[in-house]
Amino acid sequence: MIEAHNLTKDYGKKRAVDELSFVVEPGVVTGFLGPNGSGKSTTMRLILGLDAPTAGTVTVNGKRYRDHQAPLHEVGALLEARSVHTGRSAYNHLLALAQTHGIPRRRVNELIDMVGLHDVAKKRAGTFSLGMGQRLGIAAALLGDPQTVMLDEPVNGLDPEGIHWIRNLLRGLAAEGRTVFVSSHLMSEMALTADHLIVVGRGRLIADMSVDDFVRRASGNIVHVRSPQAEELRGHLVASPDVTVTVIAPGLLEVSGLSAPQIGETAAHHHLVLHELMPQQVSLEEAFMELTRDDVEFKTGVGPAATTEAAA
Amino acid sequence: MDEALERAVDALFAAFLFTIGVAALACAVVSHHYPRMSPQDKASFHPLEVNLAGVQLAQLALGVLGVLIITAEYSTGMIRASFTAVPKRLPVLWAKAGVFAFVTFALMLPAVLVAFFVGQAILAGHNIDVGFTAPHVIRVLVGAALYLTVVGLFGLGLGAIVRNTAGGIASFAAIMFVLPPLMNVLPTSWNNAASPYLPLQAGEAILSTTPGGHHLSPWVGLALFAGYAAAAIAVAAVLLVRRDT
Repeated sequence: MIEAHNLTKDYGKKRAVDELSFVVEPGVVTGFLGPNGSGKSTTMRLILGLDAPTAGTVTVNGKRYRDHQAPLHEVGALLEARSVHTGRSAYNHLLALAQTHGIPRRRVNELIDMVGLHDVAKKRAGTFSLGMGQRLGIAAALLGDPQTVMLDEPVNGLDPEGIHWIRNLLRGLAAEGRTVFVSSHLMSEMALTADHLIVVGRGRLIADMSVDDFVRRASGNIVHVRSPQAEELRGHLVASPDVTVTVIAPGLLEVSGLSAPQIGETAAHHHLVLHELMPQQVSLEEAFMELTRDDVEFKTGVGPAATTEAAA
Repeated sequence: MDEALERAVDALFAAFLFTIGVAALACAVVSHHYPRMSPQDKASFHPLEVNLAGVQLAQLALGVLGVLIITAEYSTGMIRASFTAVPKRLPVLWAKAGVFAFVTFALMLPAVLVAFFVGQAILAGHNIDVGFTAPHVIRVLVGAALYLTVVGLFGLGLGAIVRNTAGGIASFAAIMFVLPPLMNVLPTSWNNAASPYLPLQAGEAILSTTPGGHHLSPWVGLALFAGYAAAAIAVAAVLLVRRDT
């Protein structure tokens, strides 16, 4: 479990993390989302004690990271895969870390096989591709068999097989009751992996809810209905207050203000046939973009319209 | 053995070989030249001084190695992994300093002794050598090994304060080698009063064969130099814990 209370970090005048409070629960995969520059990496560094907070506290499994006797057994973290001595082999890098905690060689070998680096274990880490470096970083994070796993962009550089493997790995770890905290920009992957989301923008908390709630909130309550008796159905639906029905195409209605079950029951009540009943859900990506529109630190301009908007 | 360790070992062996090789070379040159030397030169000649020529070169190699032992972690980003595994941080510094000091002394003491016996054997050809049991010899030889160890630790302390390789090496070279000639800008009396207390001069007091002069007494000088190194490491320790990575 990771608990942050009013966590704040200033770099000179720039406030990178602003009174951030959240709890990352065990047993679920928690996604940590936010635009570039929103303070995600800084927050993770604060959790690991690599930087000291300006104000507020953050604890892992009840204590500050540095107060744990054997930190690698409590939290396994992958922040930047390139934190490896380029002249050292993958095997020796893991072995050196293992020896700081009395972790046996057997475990190092186990992990090398688990992440698929068996063939290159004795090669210098400086020769590794992005994907191989990433796998090494993940192996290092899991070395101490930690209760909490914290990964910053783990699928960066991985091929589809690797991405699939990470997804299953993370879900498996969460199913074992561990705390899994993953930051990512890959929304489609997040949608498949995460159960709960913590969204930040410009250092501040924007959302802290389950993935379903998040998407539902952004989707609004829109249902597409296809029926051979669309006109008649429309008449019945519009009778309820606060309901708008638009005809999108012949036989296809867009209903706003009623849930799919309610529409289905209304149709059944009047003996009307339904061919399709489709609740419209925005993708996680759309939901995220909508939510963080105003909190994007580095916005790209998309032509003259954007520049006039910015100038206004 | 992984490559990082190999490079460190290479540097230490370079220092080892410099100490012996340069000493032998210097003694051979002087020995060959001796019959033709002027009486003043012969008077100021001391067999130990020539023998220690290698130490001058070795101290540069060891100082740079001391810097690198710390700064390599920052340049590769490895420091994050080290501090994540050891969040209390100071044990990393003590471990590096301790191992480095032990290995350097263990290697440099034999180096200096071998250099002595080889060099003196060469000088013996013209009967200008000095025996092992002659006054000051043991003090100078053991002192040289200690001096080189402290040089390395001084580099380590500076590297930990500056946290980058170029800056660390520049600081080390500036304080050790550039500061003394700069002092010549000062009036002679000030220069004479202050320069024995500079790191290089203070440390080299242990190597002096002529007591007095412009040096502090041998062990006082070495202790002062060790004090400088300890101060650098102490400052580094405070900054290590307080600063962000």
